[in-house]
Amino acid sequence: MKETGFSHSQITRLYSHFHSLDKGENGALSREDFQRIPELAINPLGDRIINAFFPEGEDQVNFRGFMRTLAHFRPVEDNEKNKDPTSGEPLNSRANKLLFAFRLYDLDRDDKISRDELLQVLRMMVGVNISDEQLGSIADRTIQEADTNGDMSISFSEFTKVLEKVDVEQKMSIRFLH
Amino acid sequence: MESYLFPFDSLICMLLGISFTVWFTLLLVFIIVPAIFGVSFGIRRLYMKSLIKLFEWATLRMERGAKEKNQHLYKPYSNGIIAKEPVSLEQEIQEMRRGGAEPEFDMSDIFYFCRRGVESIVDDEVTKRFTAEELESWNLLTRSNYNFHHISTRLTALWGVGVLIRYGILLPLRVTLAFTGVGLLVVLTSVVGLFPNGRIKNYLSDKVHLMCYRICVRALTAIITYHDSENKPKNGGICVANHTSPIDVIILASDGCYAMVGQVHGGLMGVIQRAMVKACPHIWFERSEVKDRHLVAKRLSDHVADESKLPILIFPEGTCINNTSVMMFKKGSFEIGCKVYPVAIKYDPRFGDAFWNSSKFGMVNYLLHMMSSWAIVCSVWYLPPMSRMEGEDAVQFANRVKAAIARKGGLADLLWDGGLKRGKVKEVFKEEQQKLYSKVLVGSSEDRSRS
Repeated sequence: MKETGFSHSQITRLYSHFHSLDKGENGALSREDFQRIPELAINPLGDRIINAFFPEGEDQVNFRGFMRTLAHFRPVEDNEKNKDPTSGEPLNSRANKLLFAFRLYDLDRDDKISRDELLQVLRMMVGVNISDEQLGSIADRTIQEADTNGDMSISFSEFTKVLEKVDVEQKMSIRFLH
Repeated sequence: MESYLFPFDSLICMLLGISFTVWFTLLLVFIIVPAIFGVSFGIRRLYMKSLIKLFEWATLRMERGAKEKNQHLYKPYSNGIIAKEPVSLEQEIQEMRRGGAEPEFDMSDIFYFCRRGVESIVDDEVTKRFTAEELESWNLLTRSNYNFHHISTRLTALWGVGVLIRYGILLPLRVTLAFTGVGLLVVLTSVVGLFPNGRIKNYLSDKVHLMCYRICVRALTAIITYHDSENKPKNGGICVANHTSPIDVIILASDGCYAMVGQVHGGLMGVIQRAMVKACPHIWFERSEVKDRHLVAKRLSDHVADESKLPILIFPEGTCINNTSVMMFKKGSFEIGCKVYPVAIKYDPRFGDAFWNSSKFGMVNYLLHMMSSWAIVCSVWYLPPMSRMEGEDAVQFANRVKAAIARKGGLADLLWDGGLKRGKVKEVFKEEQQKLYSKVLVGSSEDRSRS
């Protein structure tokens, strides 16, 4: 559990919450358990976020997996307190936060955001309120601006470059109370 | 050998006889007679004060134990696991837009939804309302303890004594009282039902109902504080209250007379319902009638229009919530157009959690929990009556009443539907979110075309 960087009391509280979400009481959460959270169910990207918790091909996530995913959202400043030079890159580094967001777009997990994938995610976010043509031109414009190597898709490094001026650390952090 | 046992036998019989007599006399004098007249000896309050001191001592011991092991005591904070900032979608996205020529869509827009989504996974407003509230200090009930490894032997001994007292003494006492109360209710209301309709019957019916509910209150060792009794509901109105458990009915009905509303049940509940309706008019619906909203509304309005009938008691949330919040009020009772008397009920969870988690525990299990807790302590506030204002529709009126109740009881006021305990949230809320985001996208393109 050290790799997640959460404190003992935070882990206890998150475990208690994990347990209350686990309606089947089998020590793991399924997709239905997540969908039971109303605020998540009305989030346009709810399904994508839920997906991020489940490793490839699995439909149960245990507490360890739950914590590892949540660890991406720890604020970066917290790392200063327990610097461990041998632990490698922490889960909540800027790069890992960007990777988490990248994977929300990358539907087929092939490390590239194609035009199709971008369109699908955009459609999730806007619902029925924007026409196909308008959405298509938005997607084209976005790829045009980001794509530097001309392969009509966005790789992780291109993604990182596009967002280099954005305060990722703050936007993708949740303040966990001690 | 036999002659040796013989005097022993009669001795036991005598002892049993004496203890039963003493038991029942005490019961009668200290509990049933005061219940009939509505007075109190103040024993329960004294009991409550001593329990509080005990719990505080217990928590101090646990803290000391924790400090010795250099660990922190698990203290649930009432403000949650994370600190959330109430920023709206538009604000967030405007902030995220990089300066200069505003693009319509930015890949970083996803951060907002992502963060909100994960925040709601860690701590959302709804799922925590359907489990029992967490306590700051331990109340010597196993069911509410998270710090097992910090309990010293002295505390364990105390807890053991507590178990003995609760299950050995309090539980049988309470069960006896409960049976007495319910039995008397059925018998006496049937007797009153034999009287011809008129003032005497109403008077007797009121007295009988009050007395039996008061016995039931003592059966739960409920210590209730009523505030603002001048606002008590009057005939021709509807009383609405927040719902935490079936006990709410007993608590309110032991201080005033109400007409109950509910579905017809079979079994013991059915017997009670049929008996009660003989003494004064309650509103019981057949299962099939419940679906017909017009029929329901008509019966309620007819009852309310008759000034001689008692005020109706309704719980508009439709389900039990854990007493930390008030959830959406169903608008049915607010469409009738009569005076609404709001009542706020707040339980003190230190002595026994009254919340009924109907998905986890059945009714019998729940009653067992209730009767083996230390006590049920709650406060009831009668709020001044409210009526629907000009230009206000039923939903707005319902929300106004709900806000008043939440404010008085110190509960969170939520717009979410209590039905989310079992059902899924409606798609329309997601569509609202999508519409909001689309506005931000399209809105910025309108600006561009203008410039």
